[in-house]
Amino acid sequence: MEPTKTEGTEYFHQVVDCQWGCPAHTDVPEYIRLIALGRFSDAYMLNRKSNVFPGILGRVCDRPCEPVCRRGRVEDKPVAICRLKRVAADNRGDITSRLPVAPKQKNGKRIALVGAGCASLTVVNDLMPLGYECVIYEALDKTGGLMRTNIPAFRLPASVLDEEIDYIVDMGADLRLNTPVNSMRELLGEGYDAIFVGSGAPKGKNLNIPGRNDSDRIHVGIQWLESVAFGHTESIGKKVLIIGVGNTAMDCCRTSLRLGADDVKVMARKPRGFFKASDWELEDAEEERVEIVVNHSPREFVLRDGKLVGMNFDLMDYDIDGNGRIVNTRVVGEKFFPCDDVVLAIGQDNAFPWIERDLGIEFDRWEVPVVDPVTFESKLPGVFFGGDAAFGPKNIIWAVEHGHQAAISIDKYCRGGCLTERLPRGVNLQSAKMGIHEWSYSNDFDPAARRIMPHVDLKRRFKKLDIEVELGFTAEQVITEVERCLNCDIQTVFTDNLCIECDACIDICPVDCLTIAPNADEDTLKQNLKAPVLEPSQPFFVSGPLKHTARVMVKDENLCVHCGLCAERCPTAAWDMQKSTLNIPYALDEAAEEMARCQRKAG
Amino acid sequence: MTFIAKPKIVHKGLSRNALGLTIRDYEGGMSTLCAGCGHDSVTSAIVQAFFELDIPPYQVAKLSGIGCSSKTPAYFLDASHGFNAVHGRMPSIATGASAANRRLYLIGVSGDGDSLSIGLGQFSHALRRNLDMLYIIENNGVYGLTKGQFSASADVGTKAKKGEVNEQQPIDPVQMAMAQGGTFVARGFSGDKDQLVPLIKAGIKHKGFGLIDVLSPCVTFNDHEDSTKSYAYTRRFFHPAVHADFVPPAEEIKAAYDDGEVMPVEMHDGSKILLRKVSDQYSVHNRGHALDFIRAHHRRGEIITGLLYIDEAEPDMHGISRTPDEPLAQVPFGDLCPGSQAMEGLQERFR
Repeated sequence: MEPTKTEGTEYFHQVVDCQWGCPAHTDVPEYIRLIALGRFSDAYMLNRKSNVFPGILGRVCDRPCEPVCRRGRVEDKPVAICRLKRVAADNRGDITSRLPVAPKQKNGKRIALVGAGCASLTVVNDLMPLGYECVIYEALDKTGGLMRTNIPAFRLPASVLDEEIDYIVDMGADLRLNTPVNSMRELLGEGYDAIFVGSGAPKGKNLNIPGRNDSDRIHVGIQWLESVAFGHTESIGKKVLIIGVGNTAMDCCRTSLRLGADDVKVMARKPRGFFKASDWELEDAEEERVEIVVNHSPREFVLRDGKLVGMNFDLMDYDIDGNGRIVNTRVVGEKFFPCDDVVLAIGQDNAFPWIERDLGIEFDRWEVPVVDPVTFESKLPGVFFGGDAAFGPKNIIWAVEHGHQAAISIDKYCRGGCLTERLPRGVNLQSAKMGIHEWSYSNDFDPAARRIMPHVDLKRRFKKLDIEVELGFTAEQVITEVERCLNCDIQTVFTDNLCIECDACIDICPVDCLTIAPNADEDTLKQNLKAPVLEPSQPFFVSGPLKHTARVMVKDENLCVHCGLCAERCPTAAWDMQKSTLNIPYALDEAAEEMARCQRKAG
Repeated sequence: MTFIAKPKIVHKGLSRNALGLTIRDYEGGMSTLCAGCGHDSVTSAIVQAFFELDIPPYQVAKLSGIGCSSKTPAYFLDASHGFNAVHGRMPSIATGASAANRRLYLIGVSGDGDSLSIGLGQFSHALRRNLDMLYIIENNGVYGLTKGQFSASADVGTKAKKGEVNEQQPIDPVQMAMAQGGTFVARGFSGDKDQLVPLIKAGIKHKGFGLIDVLSPCVTFNDHEDSTKSYAYTRRFFHPAVHADFVPPAEEIKAAYDDGEVMPVEMHDGSKILLRKVSDQYSVHNRGHALDFIRAHHRRGEIITGLLYIDEAEPDMHGISRTPDEPLAQVPFGDLCPGSQAMEGLQERFR
């Protein structure tokens, strides 16, 4: 094999699984180390730089970082990354002086933003400091979008939302609540320099089966959650069926329990393992005695005397192949479930009835706007989309990343620059060696298991709708959990011409991830490793030829715990532990580069 | 200081042997030798050999004398017996241990100083007794623990780190053992585990004195240019003459070898060693010829390695002494020590 190219950002970035998995590329290991040092405000600010809403995301993020966390491959459970983010948020000091500020002197450009959700707010966060005037149109009388209307207060308290949204709005954004945008044509006519659409995917999917329109006790999940959030709905019947088993279904079933239901069933069409809900949300719902009923496909609503009394379901049976895919579906029976209310939580769609179709903004056949995945510009120059509005429902952390990228595009658009000429990511490497057996990070492996989040007890939590269930980690839990992080950003960096092939690194490696072998093609080389390749998607390092024997050093990054023992036992410093820092350009960096370019031209 | 121990992680790629143990169960404490020391690789090869042979650690006794090499039994087989003897006197202790419990697997780790200078007499007599043990000499040509003076195995013309040239003839333990009637004589290199691990396995299973001279560079005092015991020099002049594959008793011989190329040697427990000639002039049957071959190459500065001589027919110490099959430690006291009357009777016979 050719020697692995580690010069760019790709290789070392991929080794940091959590940061690679996070759409916003939050520097997870670094903020966990800051928490370990008790530097909560610094940890918060580092988070805020990439994900803007650490307090919110520390509670309700979809956590794409955790399933990919290396700790989960070395043991069973990943580091509680999301919960540690909340630790940084909960324990931070006054950080107001460290927040971005908008300059008094504006740059004369005005941007309209549709919807006051996470995507729009991120754009505002990035553009206000550059002197833009931002006008936010929000249909409801509160900010936050789906973060407020669809996530129940027992998971995300309003105070947390308000605080982090205010950090952005207080920079001087022109927030117009109760101001729905009813026509894109009119908005375009108002002379804004650019428009950002961050209006989410606000339409819950319907279930068109017999009886659907015959009762007012059949609710569409996200609309129902919204009316609960705004206090319009305060009760529900005793027996409730939730149709669908995604994260919205989990919020619906738990909300029902707080509004008076005592028998809540989540009806799933498929078996476990095919659920859309995150494992931890399922766990939380089941802890509250919600029953999840599998293999039941809704057939009809049953009404008696005009009153909803239950639902009939088809009993399903599936053939599943060796790869875990469903290859055959059969109906094997029918079953009736009594209920007082039904909540439909089977997905949501974008809805743009207010965008006229003759403006040049193109839509595909699913009525989703055609948006460039890099620039987030629609087919109409100057109109940008982000968040769920752009590519359909995802989650908050994706919306934040869309917002960052759209902000860069909007700034370039307003300056007349090329939207696709964007600054590349960079990576800095710096040795972590402090002495013979001393590293600038805690390199010892702590075998502790993942800490379990303490919850408000089951009796008390249902008393009010907005009692936050998760209490946050205790100090003792934090101390243990931060040590579980494997510091994957402290990279093992190999210099082939220093190696004397003494085997010390191979002998000491606690997870057998190193091998010195004769060079060969990839398949042969992978068969000659000290431990088998378990995750072919993980980065695989091959050095140049070693000077004594022309063999190569091979590293399978999969299970490396970054203990630094290879570097510690290396007599020639061919291995070194180096801290990698990923530099991700934001609108501010792009703008600075743009200014420098102009100055160079002028000079 | 954050000097950490090698973390014990039972990862998903870790295999288990017939006893259900992982290779990690055969490790010991953290090495305190210099980073890059050849001895650590030998330790690791020993760990691998015992793991692959499915030997329970409690059936092993580790023995050593004094020196860097003699520290290493602390770094493998945590859960076994051990004795760290006086400088050069490990063979006496090993003899006692073997006499008391012949069922134990004995592994002695010594160095060129411990075996070829202060302990040369003890080493010779252990060979002569054909003591049933594996005796590893971690040979680096210098006294590492006292900062790099030439040892008795330093080659003529090799230079010390500060430039002095050695002019005395080296003692080669392999040639000594061949000449003295050793029944298992091998040489390996710490940097070649593919060769070393089967040698160790064969040495453990050999009934009698198994000597492996392992070239194990001293990374601190003898790894410079003009040293004949450095990693670079050893790699350059290292000549495997015979490759040994170890085949456990239950396993069938699967690999196809041409007749005449391969000689299987049956060990006492039914396992086999397949000797495969790498150099065609080498004769593994003929002690005298083998010795000449090693000497001739040594004069050219070449190091002949592999399992150089094996004789499974010679009786070991217990065979020579006609001791009972069960370990003396388990013989009832009355039989082991028949009393003063029996002693008088014995003495009477010699009057």
